[in-house]
Order: sequence, then structure tokens, then C-alpha cells
Amino acid sequence: MSALKKTAALALLVLAVSAMPAAAEDRIGAREQNEFGIRVAQQGLWREAIFRWERAVELDPTYAAAFNNLAIAYETQGDFERAKRAYERAVELDPRNVYIKQNFDLFKEINDRASRQDPR
Amino acid sequence: MRADRILASAVLVGALAASACTSFFEVSIETPIRPKLDVSAFSRVFVAGFVAAGTEDVDANLETVRLLRSQLRAKGLLRVIDADVLPLTEVAAEQRKGETPPDGTPPPADLPEQITTEQDLELYEPVFANTDYWKKVGEEFQGPLIVTGTVMFTPHSRSGYVQREQEVYDSFGRRRVQPVRTYMERQGFILRPKFVFIDGRTGATLYTETFREEVLYSAQQTTPALSSYFELMDRLIPAFLTTLSSQKIKGSRVLLK
Repeated sequence: MSALKKTAALALLVLAVSAMPAAAEDRIGAREQNEFGIRVAQQGLWREAIFRWERAVELDPTYAAAFNNLAIAYETQGDFERAKRAYERAVELDPRNVYIKQNFDLFKEINDRASRQDPR
Repeated sequence: MRADRILASAVLVGALAASACTSFFEVSIETPIRPKLDVSAFSRVFVAGFVAAGTEDVDANLETVRLLRSQLRAKGLLRVIDADVLPLTEVAAEQRKGETPPDGTPPPADLPEQITTEQDLELYEPVFANTDYWKKVGEEFQGPLIVTGTVMFTPHSRSGYVQREQEVYDSFGRRRVQPVRTYMERQGFILRPKFVFIDGRTGATLYTETFREEVLYSAQQTTPALSSYFELMDRLIPAFLTTLSSQKIKGSRVLLK
């Protein structure tokens, strides 16, 4: 029984150790995608940037900066629904980041203006 | 003294570390705003006229028609029809008189000649739902997009405390700006237009949008009503135009590493 417990514990340890580099690799990959996205966005290639940032948040779903960048890119495409969701996620992940807050506030101003309408 | 130095060094190191962690890049962006109304089916637009109310110093019907026509012409989205402005107040009154009430019910009361409140103005609104009338107007101009509605432009005054910035100089002659609260009597105007977009082929209402803008000046300042009217219209014209055409709003955002 004791041998079985030891084996199970060892198996768990092996699993945890092998998963750690994978997570670290994903984070590194996410950062690479994010940085590439920034470079192409600075050249005005926003669709390419969206592809990169979507990949970044897929690899690291806790990456607030990538969600912020993705939200900006969606804004440039007029996709306000997705932009809103991405900003909300970015704020949720990093509530104290003033840049994210500022971007989100500017977006909300435009979004309110675009959606202001009366029922017939 | 030594403790102070250690603390200062720690603060400096902390600030450097924080700035090193936050890599950001400011980028210029253009946010496209889609039009609220699909006008691809129309090649012409007719700004027909408005039921106007409020101050007599400004003919809000005529001025609104002129301004919207010139803005639409400058935008070049649709061909603007130059035709006489419809006297909608009279049209609405005539339509009201022509209504035949069901048996046993009293005839509808006449519309108020002087429109002073928003409630008075609402009594005129059935004119926009009269599809037969608008279809007939549309037939005259080959089924354009018709822009009509109501415009309320009224004087307004408000007194109370306002916050202003005041320059002060200290004993060394250094200038400083500080907020102060002062009681002020202010007067100005409120502009409340309601734009109704009608399909000139069917007479049906496609879309309506209501705006409200106000401006207040100090009581000593005498600003002509017409100037205030244009000041307020200038504020809402971009929003009016986004109903018909897409717009791009320029701005900047911060990308984060």
C-alpha cells in the first residue's frame, strides 16, 4: 500500500515537473507573439496583429497586455463587441494598470457615441 | 542620515524596476463607426422641414433645414434635393382637423397654436407616422430618403455654484492656479432636436434619433440666440452624420509589452 502511494506520488511529481516547462514555453511563446504583434501594428498591419495577439492570449490566457492590445486592434476594425470583451478581460487580469484603464475609457466614449440611438 | 540615503536608493531602484517592467508604445488609431442607417437604397435625400418650437428669435425650422442640407451636400453621400421647406406645423394641424373620430367619440382637440412645451410638441408627432402623406411627398421627388422631425430651441437659465480656476500669487510672487467655487447666475439655451428618417418610397419611418444639448453663459454676457443655435448644432452634427455615413475617429492608444 505504501509502495503504491509512493509510486502515485512519484507519478504526480513527474507529471508536474514535465508540465512546468510546457507552461513556461507557452508564456515565452505568448510574449513572442505579443511583441511581433506590436511590431506589425506599428506598421499599420492590424489584421496580422490580431492574429498574433489572438495566438498570444490562447497560449497564455492570463496575459493582460495581450488582451489590451487585442482590444485596440479590434477597435481599429470597428469590432466593438470583441473589443469590449477583450478590454474587460484585460482590466479583470490587471485592474491596477492605468494604461489599460485609459484605453478602455477612451474606447467606452466612442462606443457610447456609436451605440446611442432611440427606439423608433 | 544613512537611513535616509538607503531609503532614497531603495525608492530609486524601485522606480527604475517599475519603469523597466512597463514597456509601452503609443500608437495612433482610427476607429471606424458604422452608419446607423443603411442608405444604399437611396440616391437622393430631402430635408423636408421640422415642427419647430421655442424662442421666436430663431426660425428653427428654416435654419435646421438649411444647415442639414449644407452639411449633407458637403458630405456628398446623397444628392440633396433643393425644394421648398414643408410647413409641417400647418400640415399637422390640417391632418388633425381632417381626422374622423369613430362614432360616439368626441372630435380631437385642435393642436395648440403656440408650442411652448415638449408636451405640446408631442401632439404634432402623429404627422410623422402618416405614411400616405410621406409617400405622396416621396413620389414628387422619386422616392428619396426624407429627413424631418421636431426642433425645440428654448431659452434657459440656471443659478448655482460653479467651479472656476483662479490665479493667485503667494508672498514670493509665484503664480498658482486654484479652483474656487462661486455663485453665478447663468443663462443660455437648450436645443432638443428629434430627427425622423422616412423612406420616401413607402412613407414608413426608418429610424429616429433624439439629441439634447445646452449652453450656459454668465448672465452679463449677451449672446445672440442664432449664435447659440449654431454652437449647439455644431456639437451634434457629427452624430447626425454618423446616422447616414461611416466615420473614422482619430485617437491614440497604448500597446503593452
